[in-house]
Amino acid sequence: MSEQLKVPTIAEYMVEGKQPEILFWVGSAGSYDDRAKKITKAFVKLLNSAKVDFAVLGAEESNTGDVAKRAGNEFLFQMQAMMNIEVLNGYEVKRIVTCDPHSFNCIKNEYPSLGGVYDVIHHTQYIKELIDAGRLSVKGDTYKGKRITFHDPCYLGRANSEFDAPRNVLQKSNGTLVEMKKSKRFALCCGAGGAQMFKEPEKGDMDVNILRTKQALETTPDIIATGCPYCNTMMTDGIKAKEKEKSVEVLDIAEVIANSL
Amino acid sequence: MQYISNIIFAIILIAGVGYFARNIKKLIRNIKLGQDVDVSDNKPQRWKNMARIALGQSKMVVRPIAGILHIIVYVGFVIINVEVLEIIIDGLFGTHRIGLKVLPESVYGFLIGSFEVLAVLVLLAVVFFWTRRNVINLKRFKSLKGWPKNDGNIILYFEVVLMCLFLVMNATDTSFQEMGSGNVISGFMAPWFNEVSTDTLHLIERSAWWLHIFGILVFLNYLYFSKHLHILLAFPNTYYGKLTPKGQFNNLEAVTKEVKLMMDPNADPFAAPVEGDEDEEPAKFGASDVMDLNQIQLLNAYTCTECGRCTSECPANQTGKKLSPRKIMMDTRDRLVEVGKNIDANGGEFKDDGKQLLNDYITKEELWACTTCNACVEACPVSIDPLSIIMEMRRYLVMEESAAPMELNNMMTNIENNGAPWPYNQQDRLNWANEN
Ligand code: SF4
Ligand code: SF4
Repeated sequence: MSEQLKVPTIAEYMVEGKQPEILFWVGSAGSYDDRAKKITKAFVKLLNSAKVDFAVLGAEESNTGDVAKRAGNEFLFQMQAMMNIEVLNGYEVKRIVTCDPHSFNCIKNEYPSLGGVYDVIHHTQYIKELIDAGRLSVKGDTYKGKRITFHDPCYLGRANSEFDAPRNVLQKSNGTLVEMKKSKRFALCCGAGGAQMFKEPEKGDMDVNILRTKQALETTPDIIATGCPYCNTMMTDGIKAKEKEKSVEVLDIAEVIANSL
Repeated sequence: MQYISNIIFAIILIAGVGYFARNIKKLIRNIKLGQDVDVSDNKPQRWKNMARIALGQSKMVVRPIAGILHIIVYVGFVIINVEVLEIIIDGLFGTHRIGLKVLPESVYGFLIGSFEVLAVLVLLAVVFFWTRRNVINLKRFKSLKGWPKNDGNIILYFEVVLMCLFLVMNATDTSFQEMGSGNVISGFMAPWFNEVSTDTLHLIERSAWWLHIFGILVFLNYLYFSKHLHILLAFPNTYYGKLTPKGQFNNLEAVTKEVKLMMDPNADPFAAPVEGDEDEEPAKFGASDVMDLNQIQLLNAYTCTECGRCTSECPANQTGKKLSPRKIMMDTRDRLVEVGKNIDANGGEFKDDGKQLLNDYITKEELWACTTCNACVEACPVSIDPLSIIMEMRRYLVMEESAAPMELNNMMTNIENNGAPWPYNQQDRLNWANEN
């Protein structure tokens, strides 16, 4: 990315006595994982382009505890949650956007009873909001006529019943949306959820991401669109295993739109 | 002597219903072995869910053919049982077709006529289901062996026998046939019995009548031991089903208390326990046996129809892992029944049998294969949540036994030390903004 991204921290806003419109929760993957960092930057490019007054927590952000919770470590989850809630409440944060459906689900649904009540949205929902409000204009030449299939992240789709926002946004790229046989409510997991991302899979006859990649390839796509950094990794690995990386690209919706400005 | 058949009838009825009631009491006792859980919220939504999912079978039509046939069997079966009401009254008071005395002939004829049509539809659907279970190799049924497989078939045979008895009973009832209203199906069967003498005809009619009511009582009592409990339990189960978003897992309150204490800078770690706290049992985190699960989860286990829709959608199962959400539910029920028998055998007290749900029924390998994707929860036609049981057992493994896989322990240590699942420094969280 050539142009310099503007990424103000919430502490900087405080110094000026201002509140950002929205807090961008970057998440652990978005902060450290090389592939996910590209998604983070693409999303910031969109925020900059739409002139959104957003802020990040920067070094004050810590892991949501989501993955610890799914692994069964409720202690670690609640410690992480309460630490984060203390920081968020200290800055009087009202609205949060994140590119990670796991952070989205966790902060939206599991923080409230621990004292953290915010309006939490997923980045695909926010991009839709920005486009609808006319703040973000998408030219839509880059992917015109390209076949795009969207892989629903479990924690955005089934878990929180958001199926339309990502598809609406993808439509703005002028690509042709093609659905996999298993999609929306019945989408197959990419295989990363429930802390699987961090361990070897149990013995079986196939890896889950390979099966999902097969299903995606049945639509003969040019692009597999994702809305989750972990899905992105899994599908990218799947495409590599199928030796299709020359003909099929795995892109986050934020990247598809950032490339279409 | 003229009341002898009434008395025999009453005895059979009381015995049948009594034994059923006894088993239901046992079932409720077993469910109450589970932890309390507050489900008193959101009553209107709960009633709606019950009406939609249990009564309206909204989830069944996701697979249209099986769904519609299932609705036929279900509606047919329920409606035909209205006929049982008449049988009971006739049996107790020695009347014959009391319905005819209280209803106009045309209405009665219409009712019985619809029952007969339904009976035939049920028979057809049953033939389809039997073929699907036994001839067509559907993976989710093929994987059933032994009792669960037989159980599925036995109930189909039951339906066939009951429906046939109902039709024969009508076909051999001369006065009913003479009436000529309502015998839409049995009217075609009546000529089969033309050669039979009046006495024999009457005997056949009576036998069919007695066998029908007897069969229904046996069926009722069979339910308790069968996956067909769902006929009854689908109603409470869908009522108590989860209302929050599927991705929302509960936060353990016992943990919240301890974490708050740990994080409170003013808390004195050596403070004497607050009065009244001493006799509080130290909380056990997660579940290693059925008593640690909550009552809804145990109700779930009894309600499971063993249909395997969950397992056929499960990503772990589809890729050959050991995990099967259906097995999680069946294991939970089997263990709960075992615990219940143990209590019965030991005068109302559970005696440690050296077994538990974890390891003896459900292995760690199964538990760790779950991606928490909720596909099983979405697929279940009766609002069962196998994932919540998997999660409770993972909690036990991690918090009580520190038995997470090594890679997960590393991941959690990283989160503890630097706030990320990888060994990166928290101070570097914003480095991405300045990288190119
Ligand atoms: S939540 Fe777990 S058990 Fe249920 S379908 Fe997904 S992987 Fe299988
Ligand atoms: S849990 Fe639900 S979907 Fe799975 S076998 Fe039982 S009834 Fe069928």
